[in-house]
Amino acid sequence: MNVTLQNVTKVFPPRLRKEAPVTAVKDFNIEIPDGKLVALLGPSGCGKSTILNMICGLKEPTSGKIFFGDKDVTELPPEQRGVGMVFQNYALYPHMTARKNIEFPLGNLKGDAKLTKEEVEKRVTEAARIVKIEELMERKPGNMSGGQQQRVAIARALVKLPGLLLLDEPLSNLDARLRLETREEIRRIQKNTGITTVFVTHDQEEAMSISDMIVLMKKGVFQQQGRPQAVYDDPVNLFVAKFLGTPAINVFRGKIESGNVTVGGEAIIDAKGQPDRDVFVAIRPEGFVPDEKGSMTCGFGSVDVLGRDYMVVATHEAAETPVIRAIIDSDTPVVRNGEKVRFSFKKHKVFVFDAATEERIRLD
Amino acid sequence: MKKNGLKAWLYLLPALIFLGVFMVYPIIDVVIYSVEQGFSFTSQTAHGIGFYNFRYVLSDPYFIQALKNTFILVAVTVPVSTGLALLISLGLSSIKRLKELFQTIYFLPYVTNTLAVGLVFMILFDKTEYTDGLVNAFIKLFGGGAVDFIDGPYWAKMTVLCLYTVWIVLPFKILILTSALASVKKDYYNAARVDGTSKFRMFTHITLPMISPMLFYLIITGFIGAFKAYSDSVALFGTDLDKAGMNTIVGYVYNMLYGDSGGYPSYASAAALILFAIVLSITVINLIVRSRLAFKGGGGNA
Repeated sequence: MNVTLQNVTKVFPPRLRKEAPVTAVKDFNIEIPDGKLVALLGPSGCGKSTILNMICGLKEPTSGKIFFGDKDVTELPPEQRGVGMVFQNYALYPHMTARKNIEFPLGNLKGDAKLTKEEVEKRVTEAARIVKIEELMERKPGNMSGGQQQRVAIARALVKLPGLLLLDEPLSNLDARLRLETREEIRRIQKNTGITTVFVTHDQEEAMSISDMIVLMKKGVFQQQGRPQAVYDDPVNLFVAKFLGTPAINVFRGKIESGNVTVGGEAIIDAKGQPDRDVFVAIRPEGFVPDEKGSMTCGFGSVDVLGRDYMVVATHEAAETPVIRAIIDSDTPVVRNGEKVRFSFKKHKVFVFDAATEERIRLD
Repeated sequence: MKKNGLKAWLYLLPALIFLGVFMVYPIIDVVIYSVEQGFSFTSQTAHGIGFYNFRYVLSDPYFIQALKNTFILVAVTVPVSTGLALLISLGLSSIKRLKELFQTIYFLPYVTNTLAVGLVFMILFDKTEYTDGLVNAFIKLFGGGAVDFIDGPYWAKMTVLCLYTVWIVLPFKILILTSALASVKKDYYNAARVDGTSKFRMFTHITLPMISPMLFYLIITGFIGAFKAYSDSVALFGTDLDKAGMNTIVGYVYNMLYGDSGGYPSYASAAALILFAIVLSITVINLIVRSRLAFKGGGGNA
């Protein structure tokens, strides 16, 4: 099922009379393709969960429209949308066993949709099998680990065979090891069921690693969407460039001067035909190449051996951060010239942004 | 180790002394009184030991009346007040505007003196030579005849007593239940809504189990409180409750000790022990039911 958000805006009324209303989501447009795993990504408080709540119907958009396929569901209450939702804290009913929890949505079916006891049993067993919790069915949530509760919650969302599965920060309540395991699990479950899935996260690594598509947002405003690698390789603005990637991208204050991009007075790459102005130059850690004749001179900090790669920690007066980090593959020698080290660049790993608007300036 | 043990006892000593003097000793004394036949306060002597006092009390028509009154009171007011409190709390927690105002209004009777409330009930229900009272005026409006609720037929007096008791215990129960309802996380309802759960099923499958520990607490304390009722009856019908036929077990105990026909600590003790036995067995039954039915708390979230 395709999901389309058209000019969706959500304004929360102020809690106190003196406060201004809060615009959580502003003029949001996305199209979520059928059968894909999509991550809604952004820093905390940027309106991701609000969007999820509007898709499932728990919150109503202030303006704009939401479509499931061709059907306008904007006015439809949550119970008629047929979506499965997994809440951040799972919201498993603590007084019911896993089995009862998973059965619960089926008990709501009425009339013709009502299932026989055998059908319920079959559906529940199937959902439990998909998330691999067959042996936990008689336990109550209080006696389960976070990861197990998470799976029960997913099973409960899947049991009614929804057209759309929504997960709100599915991994945030898990410890580091379980988080890795569970995110693979979510990927696997999504692949096996082929169900269109949207999950919310503030962890870019999580989003990058498992999703087919990421949607980046900031303060309620859409930034960019696409395949994770495509967005990583071609950010539209400084925020997107900074938000994706670990270690983070290195940002320098620079200028475009007579057809060159300069950082700290040194011309590092061509910018033919671009008018002079102040810019931000952002360079991915893997975009640095140690080069005696390189165009950028940095203060040498240290070399950390990461096994396959080196991480060169250096300093530069024009950098936005105290240190800059470069990932160099271990076959390339790092040649030091006293306390200095020089780099040239892989051109496709260098992005230039307008200093005022922070929008991308596309060179050549 | 030994030194620590001594220290612990030392810390416990003040509480133990008070408990001993004001609880343990009187309980033992009550048991002794209750089996001493013909005990006299003045000479501090008794003729013998046996179950005579219990036999006497159980065949005393005043006690039987008190027992009957108490049981009716318990059987009517506990379910009615708990049910009513639940309804009102559900209402209170679902309104949005002026919620605090209404919560305050519903809590006000709790801080009002029982005797003052009794006076108000008298004014509402009393029928004198000059006026039939407000409630009777209302009954007449619907074509009924005036009833003397305070000094009239038994069922009328019992009705007023039950109404009064419900009114008195309601605010506390509402307070407890509104906070119990507020403590049920909203996510449970949201999850249920997304799954298309009806309001009724949400109530029976989510709300009720989640607040059941509080509900059982209220039922148990309600039972105990109603069995120990006395002041409510006094507030409505005055101190000569035997004559009004509206006495309770505690009232009977009091009368046996200090009433006009009082001075019988043995009978009073026997009656008090019978009450104790009743309350104990009801509470045990309650606890058994609770352990079978109630959800035993615990958020269940990681």
